[in-house]
Amino acid sequence: MPAPLVAVTTDLLSLDGLSAAVADLSGPDGAVTSFVGLVRQDNLGRRVAFLEYEAYEPLAVKGLQRIVDEVKANWPTVKLGVHHRIGRLALGEASIIIVAASPHRAEAFSACRYTIERVKQIVPIWKHEHFDGGDVWLEGATADPDDETARQTAYRIACA
Amino acid sequence: MRVTVRLFARLRDLAGAGELVREVPAPATIEQVWRSLVKDMPALSDYERTMSVALNTDYSRMTAAVKDGDEVAFLPPVSGG
Repeated sequence: MPAPLVAVTTDLLSLDGLSAAVADLSGPDGAVTSFVGLVRQDNLGRRVAFLEYEAYEPLAVKGLQRIVDEVKANWPTVKLGVHHRIGRLALGEASIIIVAASPHRAEAFSACRYTIERVKQIVPIWKHEHFDGGDVWLEGATADPDDETARQTAYRIACA
Repeated sequence: MRVTVRLFARLRDLAGAGELVREVPAPATIEQVWRSLVKDMPALSDYERTMSVALNTDYSRMTAAVKDGDEVAFLPPVSGG
C-alpha cells in the first residue's frame, strides 16, 4: 500500500516510502526534490538533548492538506507529499520529510521550499526542547491560514 | 451549555490539563469561553495576542459562536518543522 501523501505520525519517517508514493516513475516526472528536517544539537546557544513534538492532530493533518492544495494551485504540475513526526525525537532524527515531483526541476524545488515555510506558519505542531539545564516550548508564528501576507512571503522565498 | 476546551504546548502546561469541559451560558462566542477560562487561570492571558483559535478542528475567530458540545482549541504560536 503506498504511503499517504500527508501524515502526522509517531512512527519513523521514510523518505523512500514517501518518494515512491509521490514520484511517477513511468515517465511524466523529470525531477524529484526532497527536504528532510532533522533534530539539531544546538539551538540559540543551548545544547539540545532531545525534542518532543506535540500536535493538534486533526487540524495539523488539515493544515498539511491545505499546503498540498496551495502547492497544486501555485504549481499545477507538481505532486507533493509531506509527513511530520511527533512524539519524542533524538538528535539527528527526521522531524519532517517533504517530497515534490514534477516534469521540470524549478517547480519541484520551489514547491519543496514553499511547503516547509508554510508548515512553520500554519500547521499546529509545537516543539518542546529539552536541553542541558532545562526545557522550553518553542513558539514561532501565530497560525493564520488566511493571512495573505504570510502566504506571499512563503511564495517569495520559494521562488527566490 | 458545555464545551470541550483543548489546550496545547505551553498553554496546556500553564493550565495543567490539555482538555477541560467548561460550562458556559448560552449563547456564547469563543471569546466568552476564553474569558471564563482566563478568569480561573489568569496566567493564560499572556497568550491572548499571539494565540490562534479553532472550533471543531478548523481554524476560527474569537467572534465565532459556539454550541453545546463544541470543541474549542486555543493554540500558542506554532513551531513545527
